[in-house]
Amino acid sequence: MSEGIDEPDRPEARAGEGRDLFSKFDDLIAMREGLLSTGQEDPFNLVMEKVLSPTRAICNGRDTILLGTYNYMGMTFDEDVIAAGKQALEDYGSGTTGSRVLNGTYSGHKACEEALKEFYGMGHAMVFSTGYQANLGIISTIAGKGDYIVLDIDSHASIWDGCAMGNAEVVPFKHNDIEAMDKRLGRIPEGAGKLVVLEGVYSMLGDIAPLKEMIAVAKKHGAMVLVDEAHSMGFIGEHGRGVAEDQGCLDDVDFVIGTFSKSVGTVGGFCVSNHPKFEIMRLVCRPYVFTASLPPSVVATAATSIRKLMHGSNKRAHLWENSKRLHQGLTGLGFELGTKEPQSAIVAVIMPDLERGAAMWEALLKEGLYVNLARPPATPANMTLLRCSLCAEHSAEEVETILGMFERAGKAVGIV
Amino acid sequence: MDRAEVDARIRAIVEPFNKKGTEIDEDTTFAGDLEFDSLTVMDFVAAIEDEFDIIISMNQQAEIETWGNLVDAVTETQN
Repeated sequence: MSEGIDEPDRPEARAGEGRDLFSKFDDLIAMREGLLSTGQEDPFNLVMEKVLSPTRAICNGRDTILLGTYNYMGMTFDEDVIAAGKQALEDYGSGTTGSRVLNGTYSGHKACEEALKEFYGMGHAMVFSTGYQANLGIISTIAGKGDYIVLDIDSHASIWDGCAMGNAEVVPFKHNDIEAMDKRLGRIPEGAGKLVVLEGVYSMLGDIAPLKEMIAVAKKHGAMVLVDEAHSMGFIGEHGRGVAEDQGCLDDVDFVIGTFSKSVGTVGGFCVSNHPKFEIMRLVCRPYVFTASLPPSVVATAATSIRKLMHGSNKRAHLWENSKRLHQGLTGLGFELGTKEPQSAIVAVIMPDLERGAAMWEALLKEGLYVNLARPPATPANMTLLRCSLCAEHSAEEVETILGMFERAGKAVGIV
Repeated sequence: MDRAEVDARIRAIVEPFNKKGTEIDEDTTFAGDLEFDSLTVMDFVAAIEDEFDIIISMNQQAEIETWGNLVDAVTETQN
């Protein structure tokens, strides 16, 4: 996502009646009103009244198949995960009411960090209250004034915000362009600190990065490497460690950033690393220090889920089957997809424009299917996308049902 | 390299990005007059970086609003 660079951070000074600090949002308000005035159901105001399973919910009153969550491994209703959460809620209460560095570290937080260290085979793990804060905190803390951050232009908002917060020199390069990255690293003044920030899976189009080649280039220039594996954890790689594991270059990654809000099935974020001085981060990283730690029930569900994901190879195999079938089926129906081959659990369907994208989204919802509508500025190249994210708990039959829904909705809206 | 030569070389680079053929002077703005969006900015900056073998970080880009600002910033790197 590249919304970080599109923010209107310098609003024009405006004088006159009816104008205030909210005037900068007038264009967006008008665009939304225009869209909704046609009777279009609001794609950004959906309510799930009841959640039946990782793949089904009652949305706006309808029984709906969920194809737009990040519940890749379907852990949210896992019996052991639920039991661990209930037990922790009973034993430790509803929240910690404190920072990790004061009264907010319980044995559950340490157990969760132990589970992460084992999951990744790394020496250090640090749990944050959200994945957003993990990127914000680590990037802004390690790359400060005078250092250089070289990053992919399609990086997630949390990465851009971490760059902005740390005051480092920020140098973006074209998405997945190894040569462009190489050139920029080569031009950084001698002696300056260098951090390369990459993602394993880019969440908008569901494409992966050529991490092996890119990390080799970064190391050639003496840069440290941070890889966000939010959308690959639990699914990609032999042990579910992500794209870097899959491409055999995890040992060369200095920092892996991840989240509990996708495959792990709860909320929270983390960084794992083998850096010998890593533990000092706990004292100097402001988004870690100046916020309350995760509730005990959340870290208990996360730790249980992470340990189960270590042994999830059968689920991983089924999720790949689902992703491949959906990709092949949608291609066959004539939809244009974000990648030629399925590369992750995300299949992005490219819409001709926002109006028809929103119409297609609504037609699918009426069929009983929920997908994500993604629009600029969150999307690359100003695309409107219907993002489908699969779950290991979707049955093969459900994937066929989904394809039927896409066919009917696509014809009704005139896209295929 | 003097300022006039930098100006001439950037003028050659901007041509394909200046879709409406807007006349460019010192005060022409990229966001306003030339209507560059963030992706156009990235491609345009990359082309300048390659031409002059320099880095123009996003922090520096934030200070560059007009054509004159840009030519000044690049000229500075060449001396």
